[in-house]
Amino acid sequence: MATLKKKMVQWDPTDIKEELLRKYPPKVARKRAKQILINEAQENETPEISANVRTVPGIITMRGCTYAGCKGVILGPTRDIVNITHGPIGCGFYSWLTRRNQTDASAEGADNYMPYCFSTDMHDEDIIFGGEKKLAKAIQEAYDTFHPKAIAIFATCPVGLIGDDIHAVAKKMREKLGDCNVFAFSCEGYKGVSQSAGHHIANNQIFRHVVGENDAEKPGEYKINLLGEYNIGGDGFEIDRILNKCGITNIATFSGNSSYDQFASAHKADLNTVMCHRSINYVADMLETKYGIPWIKVNFIGAEATAKSLRKIAQYFGDKKLIDRVEAVIAEEMPAVQAVAAEVRPRTEGKTAMLFVGGSRAHHYQELFGEMGMKTLSAGYEFAHRDDYEGREVIPNLKVDADSRNIEEIEVEADETRYSPRKSSEEMQKLEDAGFRFKHYDGMIPDMDKGTLIIDDLNQYEAEKLVEILKPDVFCAGIKEKFSIQKLGVPMKQLHSYDSGGPYAGFRGAVNFYREIDRLVNSRIWGYMKAPWQETPELSATYVWE
Amino acid sequence: MLLRHTPDTISERSALVVNPAKTCQPIGAMYAALGIHGCLPHSHGSQGCCAYHRSTLTRHYKEPISAATSSFTEGASVFGGQANLLQAIDNIFTVYEPEVIAVHTTCLSETIGDDLNQIRDKAEKEGKIPEGKHVIGASTPSYVGSHVTGFSNMVKAMALAAEKTGRKNGKINIIPGWVEPADMEEIKRLAAMVGVEFILFPDTSGVLNGPLSGEYHMFPEGGVTMKELRSAGDSMGTLALGEWCSADAARALDSAHKVPCRVLDMPFGLQATDRFIDALRTVAGVSVPEEIAHERGQLVDMMSDMHQYFYHKKVALVGDPDQLIAMTEFLVSIDMCPVHVVTGTPGKRFEKRIREITADMPFEVNVRAAGDMFLLHQWIKNEPVDLIMGNTYCKYIARDEDIPLVRWGFPILDRVGHQYFPTVGYKGGLRLLEKILGVLLDRKDRDASEESFELVL
Repeated sequence: MATLKKKMVQWDPTDIKEELLRKYPPKVARKRAKQILINEAQENETPEISANVRTVPGIITMRGCTYAGCKGVILGPTRDIVNITHGPIGCGFYSWLTRRNQTDASAEGADNYMPYCFSTDMHDEDIIFGGEKKLAKAIQEAYDTFHPKAIAIFATCPVGLIGDDIHAVAKKMREKLGDCNVFAFSCEGYKGVSQSAGHHIANNQIFRHVVGENDAEKPGEYKINLLGEYNIGGDGFEIDRILNKCGITNIATFSGNSSYDQFASAHKADLNTVMCHRSINYVADMLETKYGIPWIKVNFIGAEATAKSLRKIAQYFGDKKLIDRVEAVIAEEMPAVQAVAAEVRPRTEGKTAMLFVGGSRAHHYQELFGEMGMKTLSAGYEFAHRDDYEGREVIPNLKVDADSRNIEEIEVEADETRYSPRKSSEEMQKLEDAGFRFKHYDGMIPDMDKGTLIIDDLNQYEAEKLVEILKPDVFCAGIKEKFSIQKLGVPMKQLHSYDSGGPYAGFRGAVNFYREIDRLVNSRIWGYMKAPWQETPELSATYVWE
Repeated sequence: MLLRHTPDTISERSALVVNPAKTCQPIGAMYAALGIHGCLPHSHGSQGCCAYHRSTLTRHYKEPISAATSSFTEGASVFGGQANLLQAIDNIFTVYEPEVIAVHTTCLSETIGDDLNQIRDKAEKEGKIPEGKHVIGASTPSYVGSHVTGFSNMVKAMALAAEKTGRKNGKINIIPGWVEPADMEEIKRLAAMVGVEFILFPDTSGVLNGPLSGEYHMFPEGGVTMKELRSAGDSMGTLALGEWCSADAARALDSAHKVPCRVLDMPFGLQATDRFIDALRTVAGVSVPEEIAHERGQLVDMMSDMHQYFYHKKVALVGDPDQLIAMTEFLVSIDMCPVHVVTGTPGKRFEKRIREITADMPFEVNVRAAGDMFLLHQWIKNEPVDLIMGNTYCKYIARDEDIPLVRWGFPILDRVGHQYFPTVGYKGGLRLLEKILGVLLDRKDRDASEESFELVL
């Protein structure tokens, strides 16, 4: 492979950290130093990182806002809710079809509002005189035109400032319309320090206003919910295919390829499986407290991880028929995956990656890279909390700061009539004794090699430095980072939107990912950055003329 | 059907916008600021605005878009954003070392009433703006106007950076409006060919269509320099292309420094380009070289050669006012019929201009300023068209209604080329005709029966 890449001399991680901090004003450097960690995870001890803290003004962050987390991430993938952004036009416009949430609305008569963008398009007079009347009117107009089963309202920055009571408007309109559930989200962009706050606000309101609304029994022997999966590039379709094949029924995905009724029926499942714990672990907790459904962490990114997660689900139900079926499916699916892994491995073995995405993906995808023999040099999250790095056990030790205190925590109690523990305490204990872990996830730090750099809320300056120093073979982040990394001659793979690729989850997804990374790290393109005349020293005379 | 819920029956909506044909001011300000050399745009508000604008611009231009944010949290929203902006200015000059920071506000900082000028002065007093570096600012609340207005406001802020020394610089200011980097390049090429010395601002060519070389420069070579901007007050005059995008800046220069201005349409198509070239010639007192007449002739040649395919074809258009006005005129000039024209940007004059341009057309035109794409789609359902021209979001309408689409305007998220190939000037006209013909003839081939399927054009 002809690339011009020259590996730098071995850098000591301490020097790299120092280099990243060198240019900052002292105050910024002190703060960033706590968010940049040289991994020294020991067997029983995980180092502490500073996370979920404010981004320093003026620093070019990768983060978005609370509205983006709420409307864009959590509610975006639900096809049959009319999502009205209450605010000036921009927020609604930018979150319109830009997250690649695929949805299957092919059923006869199915509603699908995802290709639409609804906004109250507030003008200055609405800011001065208040926007409640306009919002109520907009809800009425949406109802008259579309007759949806639900309308959701999302607050943008100025709405919170001028004090529009969107919840009161929602309540009034719900009563007025009768057959349309109207609810609102106080997800103003300035709340919290990242989009993570928006996930929380979204999940709370979905739990409060939708979950449990449909008590009809759902068919299926082994019923689960899949939490924290957003069907980017069809990931959710692939997971559903595998679950179906195993005979497992997915009642509700939160929220990829989802519908209103799925949320409304979520309390009918017997197990909650959590993919992206960052965006949704609190819903799993609430479902357990209110309805008695236990939860486990799963991961369908990576073929081995998929197999492991399926076995975990089967073990939970403990039914031999399911256990055998799961084994049969794994045995049937794996050869095709292993064949491609074996094919690409000679070309990917020993190559290096960096991952800076989301609140779980930077962890999950390391497994896929591992399956290809690739090493992760550095990773971090855009909007994680300390538990995403260090594991769920640190949650009791987390300091609740002013920004987190602004995000509502809802108190949940066991539902008087509908609470029913899915397993007896003896059964739960037996599973735990057998090594089964409920309500638990590991952090990223213990899974990463010693000496690797773990960086929270990476910014453009540090990204550029890291790439220059360590020259990874592939860098994974989002669209904002894509082209600045590529200008440096390093292929950039988007792990938010997958660069229009995917699915990457499940067995077929793993195959897609192996092929995609093989393409990226072995592309000829990166060898053309310098013209032939730029590679040879300047000539003082002509000598090609004989 | 992707837009399966869009009914044929049109009911007036006064509160709900569905499928907007505009977005908000700050993204326009950010794009304009990228046309200043060594400039880091800065979004004074919460993180999401900056992230959204950077994402959208990145997707459109396929280039790195660097911009910083004041990263407001709840505290800043309550107590004001001064501390955040002062800190940001300090950090930006220390870490990224730009020549200039172009700050724009958001709906958040506007609603709490942050005063950019006062904060800028404070930053200066506190020594946070290094010697020889600049901070300029524009007020761009998202609840006024549209992305076009935001662009215009930032361009006006650039014009206000001008200083008059009293010594004429012999140049003409050209304000190109919100066009692609390739268009700015083409405007410069034409002006140079006519033999005019000019200051073009903003100028995103070389900034947002840069090469891949293995090096990343946060501040590429392109862009109008602050030195040039400062001397814009000494220019002979200003040509502002586009009433919505460029006129305010030109008028500001006129009232501040008595630099006379002429507001022209954007040079899309034959006639608007003719007027632009003619204006260059007259204000600079030069004669137009033969090469330009030659290029013009090539465009007229294609217009006449292909006329049969254009004649009386109905077109639906959506986009920004300045582009739409020039494009409508171009389409009419080749005897196509723009029958539905929508912009999301408000402005009464828009509807009037479009009606004037289409007055002699055999079909009545539906035109709406401050409209949305839901309405456009409904109009199309009621009166089908042969062609849609607009941004990427039009592909949903095009697919549902099975109508050819030419992607044009902002944003184009799913195609490339717009950053490299101009659509202004005569050469740009050729490219537009090629694109229009391409989709119309592809459609003709697709629909032809086997016996009428033909090899030759």
